[in-house]
Formats: sequence, structure tokens, C-alpha cells
Amino acid sequence: MSPSWIVRHLWLIPVLPMLAAGISGLLKRAQRRLSAALAIGAMSLSLLLALAAFVGMLIDPARQVVNFRWMQFGDQWVTLGWLLDPLAAVMLVMVTFVGLLIFIYSLGYMAHDDNFTRFFCFLSLFAGAMLGVVIANSLLLLFMCWEVVGLTSYLLIGFWFHRPAAAAAAKKAFITTRVGDLGLLIGMVWLYGQSGTLLFYDRGAGCLEQSALTVLAAHLTVAGMAVSTAIGLLIFCGAAGKSGQVPLHVWLPDAMEGPTPVSALIHAATMVAAGVYLVARVYPLMSAHALEVVAWVGAITAVFAACIAVAQNDIKRILAYSTVSQLGYMMLGLGVGGVAVGMFHLITHAFFKALLFLGAGSVIHGCTEEQDIRNMGGLRRFMPVTFATYACGMLALCGFPLFAGFWSKDAILHAAHGWGVSRGPFYLGAIGALLTAFYMTRQMYYVFFGPQRVRAASVSAGAAAAHAIPASELEPVVSPRSGEVCAIEDPHESPAAMTRPLLILAVFAVFLGFVGTPAWPWFQNFLAGEAVRFGWGGFLEPGVLSLMLVSSLIVFAGLGLGWWFYGRKPIVRVTDPDLLERVSPGIFHALANRLYVDEIYDATIIRLTRLGSALAAWLDRWIFGGAVNLISWLVTGLGWLDAGVDRYVVNGGFDEGCRDVARGGRFFSHLENGRVQTYLRVIGGALVVLALLLLWGHRR
Amino acid sequence: MNPLAGCLLVSALLFSVGLAGALTRRSAILVLAGIELMLNAANLNFIAFWRFGPHPEALTGLIFVIFSIAVAAAEAAVGLAMILAIYRHARTSDVSEITEMKG
Repeated sequence: MSPSWIVRHLWLIPVLPMLAAGISGLLKRAQRRLSAALAIGAMSLSLLLALAAFVGMLIDPARQVVNFRWMQFGDQWVTLGWLLDPLAAVMLVMVTFVGLLIFIYSLGYMAHDDNFTRFFCFLSLFAGAMLGVVIANSLLLLFMCWEVVGLTSYLLIGFWFHRPAAAAAAKKAFITTRVGDLGLLIGMVWLYGQSGTLLFYDRGAGCLEQSALTVLAAHLTVAGMAVSTAIGLLIFCGAAGKSGQVPLHVWLPDAMEGPTPVSALIHAATMVAAGVYLVARVYPLMSAHALEVVAWVGAITAVFAACIAVAQNDIKRILAYSTVSQLGYMMLGLGVGGVAVGMFHLITHAFFKALLFLGAGSVIHGCTEEQDIRNMGGLRRFMPVTFATYACGMLALCGFPLFAGFWSKDAILHAAHGWGVSRGPFYLGAIGALLTAFYMTRQMYYVFFGPQRVRAASVSAGAAAAHAIPASELEPVVSPRSGEVCAIEDPHESPAAMTRPLLILAVFAVFLGFVGTPAWPWFQNFLAGEAVRFGWGGFLEPGVLSLMLVSSLIVFAGLGLGWWFYGRKPIVRVTDPDLLERVSPGIFHALANRLYVDEIYDATIIRLTRLGSALAAWLDRWIFGGAVNLISWLVTGLGWLDAGVDRYVVNGGFDEGCRDVARGGRFFSHLENGRVQTYLRVIGGALVVLALLLLWGHRR
Repeated sequence: MNPLAGCLLVSALLFSVGLAGALTRRSAILVLAGIELMLNAANLNFIAFWRFGPHPEALTGLIFVIFSIAVAAAEAAVGLAMILAIYRHARTSDVSEITEMKG
């Protein structure tokens, strides 16, 4: 069967945004509208194509593959290719759709930035690479796009590179994901060594197809692991790095230094989901043991990050830890329940987390770049649209019944509950759900309810500034009054370019979950390529309803706890300590300091690396460099010696010889004085000498 | 002292006188005269060795000396002509003044 038109032209989907990136990279800084139009236009076309592909999959869910030879490598051909199956189709639509909304949102958010053109160039490049990851049919092609995604992530986190924190965060993100990517690379090389191909599907010869899998599962390696388990774990390393799983999660919260649309698109909706997608893509390779590891890592990440999120004060950081936690859920879903469970949460999460981030961006935008939730408060009255949409996202994230997150999280908990190996991940997931509801409630109360603390803060800051300025000629200009005027204009609602994407995303955050309810598991069936069945009986299966009840109770408990701590009495002053801090300062401080993971890394890995590099530097400077210097000194010395010999011995000797010859010539030229009698005298003298010699010789 | 030794002594004196004259005189003509004296000392030696030699009856020595005197005459003529030419050129016949041949 030859692939359909849309599959043959599937490569256009990633290439169009990449092309837009290439062109807008060449544009001048001032051509802002053109670059934005290019990016959004390319993304819209990609969205249309993705929708076409999606519809094609709805009609015929069979996997279709296009492979092509890329380059010869010895006597082997490196073959790349792309594929379209329900998994890829769902991801394509999600990435292009969320991406397009965030592009449009960026129009408003980045409107005042000088480097608007560069921003859209990077965003388009990211979108293209991400779509490449999604459709890749070769681990090699996937890895290439994966690395471009990492690069754009670096570029966009460090977009405001003049801020040291942003530059450091960009480096941290790049290096931390690199640790995971090393595992992925090793796994890839190993896989190639074992199966001889990196294509996923190749008419029975691909590495995810039965023949290769049998071979991989049959071989054993260290500690009795099957090769497929080892390779699966190595690939999971890469996924863990990209998706911020413990212990490689440290870069993701710092990545919030980037512009908020970037946080929404890359560090919440798409890129961080690439790791989950990778695991889903190579799922046939994952043996039961590898999946156990995936499940445990996911569950631990879910709780770990949720704990930390409880004590953060930066609005974006809370969301970042929440993202880490939700990514943990996705991994847990993959580990215990299969592709559909993890991917369902990935898709719903992409929508509501993008919504939350864009909402946070709107809040930050409206509060003149304020990010500390303690300085906000009462924004409900000033930003009604943002508030309403944010609330939708928050309820979806908490898993409030009937919202999108409820169905997907419930599917994960259900799968974890039925997991044969251990109940641990289920309990961890339940605790995580409780914490999620709690910290999101805390954030809502801090940001949108209570009195508006931003004014109080600004007034006191303005007063402090006025006191700090001594009486001078500056005083009339920078009066407390004018400082007040510019610093604390009221928070305002964001422009339409920003609120409309919020509204669209909010609709999805509320309703998207209905594509995967137990009664109508369309999503799960679609991914599995089965016919969709509908029946209320899905709810009646053992454990489904009771578990839903339990998880709803957990969510209500979390919300209630949040209200108990933060909603009962409004938080009035910025300096009020967190109520949780009052209850248990020790734990709160540990959580506020992110459980000291960064400090542990500083104390161990970074210090070790520094020691190692200091040692290497010392070796390099004194041992290797010393040897090199010694040799160079020796050679230089020899050169000096040679030069000395040449100058003083050879040259000197030669010169002296020449001088002697000249002196001799001069001496003899004195004899040649032209006087005949002198010559004659010499001849006479010589004659006498000759005569004497003859006489003497005769006598002897 | 046999007659040969006496002759040789005379000729040696004559040679020395000629040499001294050739070396010390400043006039080119007198230098030439000194050279003639030395030449004549040599001629005297020829005569003496012939006369007191093993074959005085053969006229070899005499003929040799006559030739020698003839050659000396020619040589003196050439020498005087050169002195004349030098004098015309340098306006002097003082040999210590004529140093153009030096290196």
C-alpha cells in the first residue's frame, strides 16, 4: 500500500516553521510584522496539514511510513523517515494548535521587546524541530530534532541574556538535559549495534518490530538485564532529562527566566512533553522492568515537585514545579498503564498548563512585570478574563471533577491502582493530587483574592525611595508623588491578542477530558487503532466509580485545605509570613529552598567537577604544560647556544681570519712601496741569508 | 792565499761596493752604475774560475765574459733609455721619489 498524499507530504509540517525561522533569521530587526506574519502563517499551514493528517488517521488508523535513504556509511545506508500513526497525529495537532495560540499570544506579550524578530525566529525553529521529533520514524532523526529542540530551549530561556539569571538558567537547562541526552545517545548507539537499524518501523525490519524486539529481549547483559531493558532505561535517561524527572528536574524551574510564552510553549506544553512522547514512541522497546523504573521515577517526581511547589512564591516557579509534577504523572501513566494513559494526560496537560502559563503571563504583564505572588492580590477585579480562564486551568490541573485534568489524572490513578507490582506509585500519586489541589488553591488566593497588596508595596517602596534620596536639586523631579504615579498604575487587563488564546485554551481545559472518559474512551481507542465503543458500562467496571469518588474527595480535601490556610482570612500585608510557615517553619523553609537539591548538586557533583577540572587544570599547567615548556625551553636554550656559537665562534673565527688576511695584505702592501732600492735591499738580505744557509748547510 | 781566493775576494769586494752603491745612491744613474759594478764582479769570477780552473787552455770563460759584457752594454743602454724615459715622465731621476709601482 503506497502512503496517502498527506503522509507523503508530512515532512512539510516541520519544514514550514523551520523555513519561516530561516527566513526571519535573515530579516532586519525592524521587520517585526513580517517575521511575526511568517511564523504565524507557517504555523497555521502546519496546523492545517496536521488536521488533514489527523482526519486521515480518523478514517484509516493504520500506521503509514515513508523512509528514504539519507547517506551512505561504509557499505550501509543511513535511512531516515517519517511516520504517521494516531500517536503522532494527536501530538501534531496538539503542538501546532497550542503553538499557534502561543504565537498569537506572543504578539501581545512581546510587543515591546526590541528583539521581536529574533524571538519569532527561535519560536518557529523550535516548533519545526518539535514537529520533527513527533513525526520522526528513525531514532536518529528524532535525536537530531531533539537536539535542535534543546538548542532552541537554550536560546529562548536565555532570550533576555543580559540578565545574568537568564543566562545561567539557559546554561543550566542545556547542560542538565545534556546529561540525560548522553544516556539517550548511548542507548541509540547500543540499539544500532544490536539491531542494525534505527528506524522504528520498516516493513518488519525496524527496531520496534517483532523480529528486532525478540532479538533484543533474548540477549542478556549486566546484572541479568535483558538488552532491551538496558536500552530502554538509557533512552528513558534522555526522556527524564528533557521531561524534568527527578533527579534531572533542576533546570525546569530555572527555565522560567525565559519570556512567559516560552515557558508556556516549551517548558509546559510541548518540549518537556517530548520526553514522555519519546517513551511512548519506543514503548514496544520498554520491557516490564524498564517500565517499573519509569513508573517509580514518575511517581516520585510527581510528589517531590508538588511538595516543593507548595512553598514557592514566584508565580511561574509554582507552575514550573507543577509541570514537573504533572510530567511525573505522565511517566507514571506510561509506566503503569501504557501509552494511552500517559499520552492522554500529556494532551490535556498541554492545554491547561499552556493556559495557566499564559494566564500567569497575563498577570505579570498586567502587574508591570511583578512575579512574586505576595505582591499581588485582588486581581480578580482588575483582570476578569484572566481570572476566569486561570480558574478553569487551575481546576483542570487540580483534577476537579469533569474538568480535563480530572479524566486524565483519574485514568493514571486507576492504572496505578491496578498495577500488579506495587501499590506505592498509587499512594504517591494520590498524595501528589492532594498537594496539587492545595498549592493551586494557595496560588489562586494569593493572586486573585484578598486586598490588592501591590499598591501597598509600591507606596512603601516609593516612600522608602523618597527617604533614600537626600534633599538636593533632584528632589522636585523625583518626588514621591511622581514615583507613585509611574510605579503603581492599577493592574490592567491584557490586550485581546493575549486574552483570546486564553479563552480558546480555557474551553479545551474544560471540555477536552471528555474525549477519554471511561464511558467513551475515544482517545484510548484511537491511539490503539481500535473501533470506538460507547457505553455507560465503562463506569460500572470494578473500581472505576469508587476510585473517581476517592480522587474527587482528594481534590476537595486539597481545595479545602488550601481554603483553610489561605482563604479564611485574607492575606493583607506583603510581609505576612505564610501560614504554612507559621505552622511548621522547618519544613516550609526546606521546601522553599527546593529541598536543597541545587545545594546538594553544588556540594557534590559540581564540587567534584570543579575539583576534577582544577586537577586537570593543574595537570595541564604543571605536568603537561611543564613538559611542553621544558621542551620549549630546551629548544630555545639550544637555539641560543647555537646562535652564540654561530655568532662568536663561527662568525668570529671567520671574521678574525678575514681580518688577519686583510692585516697581512696591509702589511705586505707596505713592503710594496714602489721603491726599487727597497726591493733590492730585500733581495740583498735574502742573498745574505741564502749564502749563510749554504755555508751552514755545507759545514754540517 | 792562492790567486783564486784573491780574485774571489776582490770580486766579492767589488760586488759589495756595487751592491752598496745600488742600495744607497738616490740617483738612478748611480744605481745603474752600482749594478754594472756587481755585474763586473760576476765577470771577474768567471775569468778567475776559468783561469784557475781545470781547463785554462780552452777559451770558454773568456768568450762567456765577452758575451756577458756585450749583454751588459746592451742592458746598460736599455737601462739608461728607461731612466731617460722615467726622467721625462717624472721630472726626476731620484729613485726614492719614483714610487708609482707600489701596491
